[in-house]
Amino acid sequence: MNFSEVFKQSNQLCKVSPDGKYLATCVQYRLVVRDVSTLQILQLYTCLDQISHMDWSSDSLFILCAMYKRGLVQVWSLEQPDWHCKIDEGSIGLVSSRWSPDGRHILNTTEFHLRVTVWSLCTKAVSYIKYPKACQKGIDFSRDGCYMALAERRDCKDYVSVFVCDDWHLLRHFETETQDLAGLEWSPNGCVLAVWDSCLEYKVLLYSLDGRLLSTYSAYEWSLGVKSVTWSPSSQFLAIGSYDEKVRILNHITWKKIAQFEHIATINNTKAVVYKEVEKRPAVGSDDLSLHNITIGTTLFNTQSKYEICPPPVQVPVVKPDPDRANPKIGVSTLAFSSDSRYLATKNDNMASVVWVWDMQKMSLLAVLEQTSAVRCFQWDPRRPRLALCTGNTKLYLWSPAGCVSVQVPTEGGFQVQSLNWHCCGETLILLGKDQLCLCYMDTDQEDK
Amino acid sequence: MGEWWTTVPVGTSMGNYEISSISHVTMSPSRQNNLVSMQSSLPLSLRSSYNGISAFCTEDTIPQCISYINQELDSLGLSSTCIEASSLEGADLKAVPALNAMYELMQIHRRNMCTLEELEKEQLKKSSTLDHMQMNNSRLKDQLELSIREKSGLHETERQLHLKIKTLQSCLKTEKDEVQKLQNIIASRASQYSHDAKRKEREAAKLKERLGQLLVDRKDRKLAIDVLNCLGRSDGKRSHWKTTKATASHEGEMYTSLLKDYEVSQRSLMLENAELKKVLQQMKEEMIHILSPRRPTRGANAVASQEQADSDGEEKAGDFSRETLDQSCEHAREQLTNSIRQQWRKLRNHMEKLDSQASQVQNQLESNKEVIPRETHEDEMERMRHEVQQCKEFIHAQQQLLQQQLNTSFDDETAALLNDCYTLEEKERLKEEWRLFEEQKRNFERERMNFTEAAIRLGREKKAFEEDRASWLKNQFLNMTPFSDHRRCSSSDGQSALSIKSEPEMRMSSTKARLVTSSTHATFSTPKPTQSATVPSTTELYRTLRLIPDSSSSRHSNRGRWQESSSIEDGDIRVKSRNRVRCGDLSIFSLGLPGSGRPSTVLHAERLAGPSAHRCVLQHQPFQATEGLLLLVKPLHSLAFILMLQGKVDLNTAPHAKPLYCHGISRV
Repeated sequence: MNFSEVFKQSNQLCKVSPDGKYLATCVQYRLVVRDVSTLQILQLYTCLDQISHMDWSSDSLFILCAMYKRGLVQVWSLEQPDWHCKIDEGSIGLVSSRWSPDGRHILNTTEFHLRVTVWSLCTKAVSYIKYPKACQKGIDFSRDGCYMALAERRDCKDYVSVFVCDDWHLLRHFETETQDLAGLEWSPNGCVLAVWDSCLEYKVLLYSLDGRLLSTYSAYEWSLGVKSVTWSPSSQFLAIGSYDEKVRILNHITWKKIAQFEHIATINNTKAVVYKEVEKRPAVGSDDLSLHNITIGTTLFNTQSKYEICPPPVQVPVVKPDPDRANPKIGVSTLAFSSDSRYLATKNDNMASVVWVWDMQKMSLLAVLEQTSAVRCFQWDPRRPRLALCTGNTKLYLWSPAGCVSVQVPTEGGFQVQSLNWHCCGETLILLGKDQLCLCYMDTDQEDK
Repeated sequence: MGEWWTTVPVGTSMGNYEISSISHVTMSPSRQNNLVSMQSSLPLSLRSSYNGISAFCTEDTIPQCISYINQELDSLGLSSTCIEASSLEGADLKAVPALNAMYELMQIHRRNMCTLEELEKEQLKKSSTLDHMQMNNSRLKDQLELSIREKSGLHETERQLHLKIKTLQSCLKTEKDEVQKLQNIIASRASQYSHDAKRKEREAAKLKERLGQLLVDRKDRKLAIDVLNCLGRSDGKRSHWKTTKATASHEGEMYTSLLKDYEVSQRSLMLENAELKKVLQQMKEEMIHILSPRRPTRGANAVASQEQADSDGEEKAGDFSRETLDQSCEHAREQLTNSIRQQWRKLRNHMEKLDSQASQVQNQLESNKEVIPRETHEDEMERMRHEVQQCKEFIHAQQQLLQQQLNTSFDDETAALLNDCYTLEEKERLKEEWRLFEEQKRNFERERMNFTEAAIRLGREKKAFEEDRASWLKNQFLNMTPFSDHRRCSSSDGQSALSIKSEPEMRMSSTKARLVTSSTHATFSTPKPTQSATVPSTTELYRTLRLIPDSSSSRHSNRGRWQESSSIEDGDIRVKSRNRVRCGDLSIFSLGLPGSGRPSTVLHAERLAGPSAHRCVLQHQPFQATEGLLLLVKPLHSLAFILMLQGKVDLNTAPHAKPLYCHGISRV
C-alpha cells in the first residue's frame, strides 16, 4: 500500500472522472484537473467564485462547477480548454446543480424548489419542470441514463414524473400513495422505482417503469419508519434501513421480506467475527512516528491501532438518543452493498463507531467492526469485496472477507481522513481530509500482506 | 353398748354373719350411724382416759376387746382370722389368730399407706396438671385475645384497602377519561395540524408560484446561458422534434425495456426452474432405481409378479414423467405431482416392506441363503449372536448368584466367589501397593546397610581416635615441660582434649550452635548415628573440615579445597554445628597426628562474609616429642570459630598468611 503526497482541496470537492483517467479538485475558486496516474496538473480553470459543487459529465469531457451563492454554474471542457459556458440562474437562486446522464444538459434546482431548470448545452434551450419536491432524494436517473424520476408535490399530494432524458419528454406522471414522499430510487436494471415515505410512516412503494404499483411494503406502524433505502447492484434485493435499528431485505420477485438484520448491542452470534480496534499509544511522539513512517515504508503496518478479534458475546457501545430532538440519532442510516451484491455494510446511528457486514448468501451477520471513534464514511471497492472506512482520524481501515487492517496515513501534519472515494478501477483510494487530499494505492498482488 | 354385746354370740358363726352384717351395715343406716358414732366416741373416751392405744384393753375388758376387735375385723372383711381367748377368762389370747389378724391388719395398713401415697402422688400430679392446664388456659386466652385484636386490625386494614381500591378505581376512571380526552385532543390536533399543514403548503405553493412569476417578469438580471459554441449530442445524433411519433417511440422504448427486463427475469426463472427440474428428475430416477425390485430369482410367486407389475408401472410412470417434465402446461404439472405422490407412496411401502423383511430375515437365515448372500456377514452375525448368548448366560449366572446371596444365607463358596468378584479391583490395587511397598522396603534395606556400614566404620574410627587420644594424653603427661599451664587447664577440665574451657562459654557456644544447627542441618548429606557431641572422632572431624573425602557425602567432598572461602565457610559451619563445644572465644586443639609432623605452619584464613570478615589466625606448632600438632585459634569476632588443619593440606598456600605468636598455650 502506497500513499501519494498531499494536495490541497476545499469543500471536499474532489472527483475522479467516470473513465478513471482524471482527477478534478477544487481549491477555492480554482479547478485543478490532474492525471490520475502521474498526478500532474493537466488543466487549471478559474471560476468566478468559490466553488460549492463540482461534477464530471458522464463522458468525462466536461466539468460542472456550481457557485450556489451567486446562482452561477460554469462548465469547463477538458478537450478544449478555451471553451467555456456560464449559466446564470439569476435572482431566483440555485440550490442544486447536476448533469443529465447524457452529459449535454444541466439540471438546476432553484431556491425554495420553485422549479428545475434544464439547460441544454447543445441547443442553449431551457426548459422548466415545476413543482419539484424538496425531499431527501427527489431526483434519480436510471442507471442506463434513459429515464429520470422526479418527485413532485402538487395540491398536497405526492406525484412522480418519469421523464425520458433524451428529449425531456414526460413519459409517466402518477400519484403515489404516500403521506409525505421522502425519496425515490431506480433499481439498477432501471425497471422498478422504489419510493418511500417520510420517517413518520414506514412505507415503501415499488412502481414499475410504466407507473404501475407493483407492491407496497410496511413493516410496522406508529413508529418512526424508513431511514435509508438501497438497491443491491444485482437489483435482486432492496435493503431498507429503519429507525427500529433493523434492516429488512425485500426480494425482487414477490417483494416480500426475506431477511431481517437486527443491530443488537450484544453480539452473541458465534459465526460473526467481531473486530475491535485497539489503540496503542507508543512511547515515541506522534511526530517522530510519522516521520519514521515516511522514511521507512516497511514500518507502515506497525500502526498505533490494530484490530483484535473478540469472542462473543461482545457488547457494542450504544448512545441513547435524545427523544425530544427531531431526527434522533438512532436507526440504520447507511447501507451499502458490495459490488458483487454478496455483502451488505450497514451503520446504525446509535452505535456510531460500529460497521456491520452482512453476508447476503447466508443472510447472516458476517463481521462487526468496532472502531474507537465514530465512523464517518465507508465505501465498497467497486471491483472486489473490500470495504474502506474512515473515522476522522489519521487512519484508513479496510475490511475484506480475509480480515481487517488499519493503516496509518503516513503524512505530515496529521492528515485526518474525513471521507474517502474509490477510484473506479478499485486500485486507488482517494482520501479526503479537511482541506487536503491524498491518494492511496492498493497493491493488487498481496506483497504487503 | 348393748348391741356390742348382742353381736358377740353371733360372731361365732362367721360365714352367715359376714353377709348379713354387711347387708346389715349397708341396709341400715341407723346401725351404721351407731357404729360410726361408737367408733368416734370410743377413741374419744379412750383418749380422754388414757394416753395411748395400749390403754384400749385392760385385764378386765379382754373379752369385750376381743369381741370388739373381731367385730372390727369382720367389718374389715377379715372374718377368717377371729381372735379368740385361749381361756374363757380371756387373760391370754390365742397367738396364731391374733398374729394373723395383726399381720392382716398390717398388710392392710401397708396397702392403705401405699394407696395413700399413690393417691397423694396422683393428687400432686393432678394438681400440677391442673396448674399446667390453668397456665395453658391463660396462655390460650391471651393468644385468643391477641388474635382477636389482630383480626380486628386486619379488618381495619382490609377496610382501608377497600377504600384505597375504591379511590384508585375512581382515579383510574378519571385517568381513563383523561386519556380519552387527550386522545380526542390529539386526534383533533392532528387533524388541525394536517389541515394547517395543507393550508400552509397551499399558501407556500401559491407564494412559490407568485415568486416564480415575479422573478420571470423581472428583467434586471435575466437568467441566461452563455456558451462559446453549442455542443453536439453525446450520441452524435441530431435532436428530434417533439412529435406524437416521438412520444409513441418513447412509449415503445419503455415497453421494450420493460419487456426486456421481464424476459431477463423469465429467463433466469426458467434457468432456475430447469435446474430444479433436473434435480427432481435425478431424484425420480434414483427413486425408481431404488424402488425397482431386483429379485429376478424370487420365483414365480404371486407377490413377485405383483411387484414386477408395479415396477413396470413405475418405469412407465417415470418415462411419462420424463416426458411431462419437458411440457409446461397445467395438466402436466398435475401428472407430475401425481406421479411423485405415487412414487412417494411406493417408497413408503417399500420401506415398510423392508422393515418387515428385516424381521423375517432372522427366521429365513438358515433356509434361504439367497437372502443373505454375504457369508462373512452371516458368520459375523453368528459370532455375535453366540457372544450375545454367552453374555446372557453370564448375566444369568450372575443374577442367580446374586439371588442366592440375597435369599439364602451365604455358603462359603459363593461368598468367596462374590467376594472375589467384588474385591478383584481391590486386590489389584493392593497388589500395586504391595509392589510399591516392596520397592520401598528394598530402598530401606539398602539404606540400612549403608548405615550399618557407616556405624561400623565410625566405631572403628572412634576406636582409633580413642587410641590417639590416649597416646596424646600420655604424651601430654610425659612432655609437659613448656606448656605446663595450658596442659593443666586442658586436662583439669577433664574429659576431653577437645572440651571447652569454661562453663559460660560452653553455654554460649551451644546456644549459638543450636541456632546454626537448625539452619545448616539441611546441608548435611547424611544424618549420622548419634554420638557424643563432645568427643567426635578424628575422621569425622577431618571430614567436617573437608580434609579427607567424606565417603557418604561424596558429592560434597570434592567440592573444593578448604582454602576456598566458600568451602571454608561451609566447613566452619559444620565444625560449629557438630562440635559445638569447640566454639568460643578461644579454643585450643591439640591433636596427635602420627606421621604428620611439620614445621610450624601458620594459616591466615579470611572469610568472605564482608569487610568486617572474621579473621582466624591459626597457628600450629609441632610438639616436641611427638608428631602431634598444636593448633591455636583466635577468633577476632564473636562469630569466629576454629579451623583444624591437617598436614595434607598445604597451609602455606593461604594468601596473606600472617603469623601469630603465641607464647605458650594459654589464653590469648
